[in-house]
Amino acid sequence: MKHIKFKYHGIQQLKEGSYQSETDLIEVDGKQYRTNELTFDVPLSGTIYGTALNYKGAYAKVEPFMYEEPYKAPPKAPILYIKPMNTHIGNGTFIPLPDGFEELSIGATLGVVIGKVARKVNKDNALDYVEGYTIVNDVSIPHESVYRPAYKEKARDGFCPIGPWIVNKHAITNPNELGVRVYINGELKQENNTSNLIRSVEQLLVDVTDFMTLYEGDTLLVGIPENAPIARENDSVEVEIEGIGKLVNKVINENALVGGGIK
Amino acid sequence: MKHARVAYNGLIQDAVEVNNGIKLHDGRIVKETDVTWLPPVEPQTVFTLGLNFADHAAELSFKEAPKDPLVFLKGPNTFIGHRGETYRPSDVTFMHYECELAVVIGKTAKNVKKEDAYDYVRGYTVANDYALRDYLENYYRPNLRVKNRDTCTPIGPWLVDKEDIEDPMNLKLRTTVNGKIVQEGTTADMIFSVPILIEYLSGFMTLNPGDIILTGTPKGSVDTKVGDEVITEIEGVGKLVNTIVGEETFQVN
Repeated sequence: MKHIKFKYHGIQQLKEGSYQSETDLIEVDGKQYRTNELTFDVPLSGTIYGTALNYKGAYAKVEPFMYEEPYKAPPKAPILYIKPMNTHIGNGTFIPLPDGFEELSIGATLGVVIGKVARKVNKDNALDYVEGYTIVNDVSIPHESVYRPAYKEKARDGFCPIGPWIVNKHAITNPNELGVRVYINGELKQENNTSNLIRSVEQLLVDVTDFMTLYEGDTLLVGIPENAPIARENDSVEVEIEGIGKLVNKVINENALVGGGIK
Repeated sequence: MKHARVAYNGLIQDAVEVNNGIKLHDGRIVKETDVTWLPPVEPQTVFTLGLNFADHAAELSFKEAPKDPLVFLKGPNTFIGHRGETYRPSDVTFMHYECELAVVIGKTAKNVKKEDAYDYVRGYTVANDYALRDYLENYYRPNLRVKNRDTCTPIGPWLVDKEDIEDPMNLKLRTTVNGKIVQEGTTADMIFSVPILIEYLSGFMTLNPGDIILTGTPKGSVDTKVGDEVITEIEGVGKLVNTIVGEETFQVN
């Protein structure tokens, strides 16, 4: 049993419960539910920072060009960006496919939820600053370049599904050994493992908090594996992270959506 | 009207400018130096423009002005209020201020046309968007290590109602370091004007009330040192005072 925190859809307060992945059962307030019997809201409220090129395979794709224009040299520090509030949506909420686009890039990533203010942390106790982990789908309009901040591709409404819950860190023995899988319409499209991170969760926390403070409730995304799967209109997208659960969202044309629902 | 958020005697309050000082929400009138100034808006989503003045783009040796706005985001960690202290690490060789007009969004904006853009503006304030150029890298440039450091974006003192600013696209900007003028420009020289930026951003994402757009800086980037008093000023909007401090103040380790 893993200790989890989540939000019911439409209810402001966080609830706590437990989750058993083998049986897919959630226990909350002494009652048991299947995951698909509940509806979830975004369980996070802080700033969400994403990290680019932190999987060995993703880095290797850009590496041949790193001494050329416009990059000129390999990166030294973590390459960060922000997934702003307008992008955050919960499990089960539709991902809007913007007008004029047919394909979305699915960015399966582990979200490290910060438990207390973290500034210049040490590697040995970096995980003391972590409350737990969640699943994030860092959606983008497909693009190649990492030269300029890609907010027009990454910061569109609904481009950051999160959840369904935060699993307490004590349920995860090693965050750097978690299988990451993406299914589109039930078919396995991507499989990777956080063991392929260039900067481990601990090292990333060290290198990020060396120059900026992470606050309680902020979330640091560890990176997106190479060969991000493509999703199209009406596709069901499932991001699964070992030991945490599954985050499921469907892609719907933005013109068919009002708020989080279909017209 | 000019609005502020301040801390006074242990309480955070809204305040407004009056002739003889600042008037707190509870009615007390106090001196400007008696309060701790906070950012006039609690930062949520904050956009910043790079290379939005042709002279500054040239100064940074870009041959052509950008075709699309160069936009990046900042986190809440980087903001501090008027009369605050900004930390300069000892290993840095080039840290410069950037005086910028900050536009505060007043209502939810999606797919707004530039002709209607000002309807979505609440008001304006002044930001100083410090850059620590030693850390500049060409990945998601300008990267967060240059632009999103703790205390490196002073903002304030006032949020000025838009009704009080006749033409936001014709305001003088000026920075002084220890009283000496080091940067002068005008918002008239922006490549992408405030209405165009609102049209551009709201064209692909929803802007929310309280979101802030820092609109870029003109040329005049000079290194600042520990102990310097840096004042960024925009005509009719305000005069934002900041002091650079070093490791002896921040006790980093």
